[in-house]
Amino acid sequence: MEKADRKRLNKLRANIIDSRDKEKTCITICGGTGCHAYGCVEIAQGFEDEIKSQKLSDKIDVRVTGCHGFCERGPIVVIQPEGFFYQRVESKDIKDIISETALGKKVLPRLLYKDPQTGEEIQKEKHVPFYKKQERIIFGRNGFIDPTDIKDYIALDGYKAVSKALFEMQPEGIISEVKKSGLRGRGGGGFLTGKKWEICRSSESSRKYIICNADEGDPGAYMDRSLLEGNPHSIIEGMIIGAYAIGASEGYIYVRLEYPLAVQNITLALEQAHEHGLLGKSILESGFDFNIHVFKGAGAFVSGEETSLMSSIEGRRAFPRQRPPYPADKGLWGKPTNINNVETWANVPLIIDKGADWYSQIGTETSKGTKIFSLVGKINNTGLVEVPMGMTLREIIYDIGGGIKEGKKFKAVQTGGPSGGCIPADMLDQPIDFDTLTRAGSIMGSGGMIVMDEENCMVDVARYFLKFTQEESCGKCVPCRVGTKQMVDILTRITEGKGDKKDIQRLQDLAETVKSGSLCGLGQTAPNPVLTTLRYFMNEYKAHIEQKSCPSLSCKDLIVYHIDPEKCVGCLLCKKNCPVDAISGERKEVHIIDQDLCIKCGACLDVCPEKVSAVSKHTGKEKERILKQHRKKKTEQ
Amino acid sequence: MICRIKNSILMKRKKSQSEMENILKQFKPEKKELIHILHKVQSEQGFISPSAIFEISKYLRISEGEVYGVLTFYNAFTLEPKGKHTLTICMGTACHVRGAPAVLDEFSRQLDITAGQTTEDKYFTLETVNCVGACALGPIAITDGHYHGHVTTKEVKKIIDEVKEEKGKNRK
Ligand SMILES: Cc1cc2nc3c(=O)[nH]c(=O)nc-3n(C[C@H](O)[C@H](O)[C@H](O)COP(=O)(O)O)c2cc1C
Ligand code: FES
Repeated sequence: MEKADRKRLNKLRANIIDSRDKEKTCITICGGTGCHAYGCVEIAQGFEDEIKSQKLSDKIDVRVTGCHGFCERGPIVVIQPEGFFYQRVESKDIKDIISETALGKKVLPRLLYKDPQTGEEIQKEKHVPFYKKQERIIFGRNGFIDPTDIKDYIALDGYKAVSKALFEMQPEGIISEVKKSGLRGRGGGGFLTGKKWEICRSSESSRKYIICNADEGDPGAYMDRSLLEGNPHSIIEGMIIGAYAIGASEGYIYVRLEYPLAVQNITLALEQAHEHGLLGKSILESGFDFNIHVFKGAGAFVSGEETSLMSSIEGRRAFPRQRPPYPADKGLWGKPTNINNVETWANVPLIIDKGADWYSQIGTETSKGTKIFSLVGKINNTGLVEVPMGMTLREIIYDIGGGIKEGKKFKAVQTGGPSGGCIPADMLDQPIDFDTLTRAGSIMGSGGMIVMDEENCMVDVARYFLKFTQEESCGKCVPCRVGTKQMVDILTRITEGKGDKKDIQRLQDLAETVKSGSLCGLGQTAPNPVLTTLRYFMNEYKAHIEQKSCPSLSCKDLIVYHIDPEKCVGCLLCKKNCPVDAISGERKEVHIIDQDLCIKCGACLDVCPEKVSAVSKHTGKEKERILKQHRKKKTEQ
Repeated sequence: MICRIKNSILMKRKKSQSEMENILKQFKPEKKELIHILHKVQSEQGFISPSAIFEISKYLRISEGEVYGVLTFYNAFTLEPKGKHTLTICMGTACHVRGAPAVLDEFSRQLDITAGQTTEDKYFTLETVNCVGACALGPIAITDGHYHGHVTTKEVKKIIDEVKEEKGKNRK
């Protein structure tokens, strides 16, 4: 293939657009990870086979795209150009979709999304409440692009920003545009991107590197994955612009091991960019040389920290090191290096293409642009949402997320992953940006937003995160290695009902020590989940310690399962399902749980029919009463 | 007799040596290749054996201790072979708040091993992972790369049986 210069790229774009019939029906199938798990690959194959066997290839195209974000409702199929939106599609629907919708242009009501509030059937993607309030400037193109075909990206004005940057702008001009846009890093710290580039540009060296941090360590967040998988060229384009502005000749994309599809798609995208003269020697004949390599991580949370990540690329253990010197002075192999997060890079082409003035209209005073959140946990519409900075949590959780599952009560939302904190219900009207979240004791982090309801115990959540950071602590510095261990021990003790009154003070003291004494961000932020839960949910800690009770009925050691003899109809269901044969009683007799054998797996509660509802959980005094009764009965026997 | 045993051991060592040579020659003998090499060995041989450590250290001209240090730092590499099938349970936050611990307990109980262990018949290895990026579908269990979403304790047995049935299919 002939390598493109600037003119040829424009011509190629025009040709692609010309060769495509805008009116031709295209069945797009979401190929994101969520939909993969629902079996979208078989469905896509089904469409292809059916279209082939009915000889409809000249009438209908099929395209597997990146993630549409509404993972709750997958597999998702959108029929273009009308934009009919079908959800929870199964293989058996394929024939109908082809004959009725693709050919007949009629919608199939059974596959439409119904607004749970009004019951209204919604035909088009953009009218679904989940999408209505979003502003999908970064993520929106995912649904139109086959990530394995560079042509799709080029057709949607892809690589236009690169040619503008290389031919119409000077590196300093690019940097000042990015600075003016107000873009802040999406990897957690929220440092001004343009500023960081400027520092790295001014470092003197014949060799410089740039890195895309795709380690996405926050467990419960997957927006970087979806960008990398769904629109890899937007990241490559951002990196080329950054490299040119900084003066780097080589780049690395460090991808988390657990994301095999992302590695595959980005590798393919790099090859295609090379073939088109968008990477390698003299990009678009501009004289600027730049290459990108993919580095597959090896499973360590700390390797997301910038200095550890570089150590890992160098083939060593992912140990962090003291900063300064910052990577902009001494980074990879001691050379000036600029590192940005996946989403940060994906913002860059937009800023260059549409300008800083356009970009900085979106968002708040101090936080510009949009942010993609991974809205998960106990929420009705789980998925990836992109909203302008400054939207309130209530809008995100209720208007977009559709509220809490099963009508339960909202308790808290966890943002920022293991470095973040839990935000309680009375802060739901806070506009979300870098600074408000920090003031609330949490952080923006990479964008994980885990919603918790009344059944989630906040002490357990704090213990969960501390256990996570303790296991992932690299062990280099003492406060982090030993401090987190002690904190986990205390929290575990509390959830087991063995906590004492002094434990809260101990936790607070340890948190301060670990925060101030740790070497890298992992330790410095590890206490946040504990500190925020202490701040907003002290009553739950006190209940565990003083009354030995878990108000959320979640901590195993503090609850019992009980069958109400008044309600039990003796249907044997729970008895049959008990994995440890702890339930006795014959048909039509009241069933009884042997508390000494019970492992508290909850199977009996799950299977007890709703109209009977004889099984329940109890804690605190009620638990003691049930246990006492049980012991009394046993001694009587 | 003894001579024959010795010969077969030598043959085996030779075989693993040539396997290693084939892997190593795909990489430059530079230290920065270490993690790439370890990935390759792990995926082709299923674990990193002592002889592999030795060969790598010789090839990259670094100490065996250094290879060992790096490989034990990362979760991706194991020093022991895994079972025939790997069951991976996600313990990420999204899965955790939706009941992943109970699901893991049930897998653990059914297979009679704890996370990180392999059954005695070397059939199953039970592993945990912190998020696989399918959080919307939590709790997630992965059997040999196949994702199961919204897993409940009730479904655990079915999932294990499905993997076992694969065994039947393969035999036929
Ligand atoms: C323990 C730890 C883990 C981190 N993990 C990630 C990560 O997974 N992805 C990421 O982009 N940044 C992560 N960071 C932040 C990086 O160190 C770095 O600040 C970021 O990649 C810079 O990019 P940005 O300016 O675009 O945000 C982590 C930091 C710490 C302390
Ligand atoms: S938390 Fe389980 S897949 Fe993300």
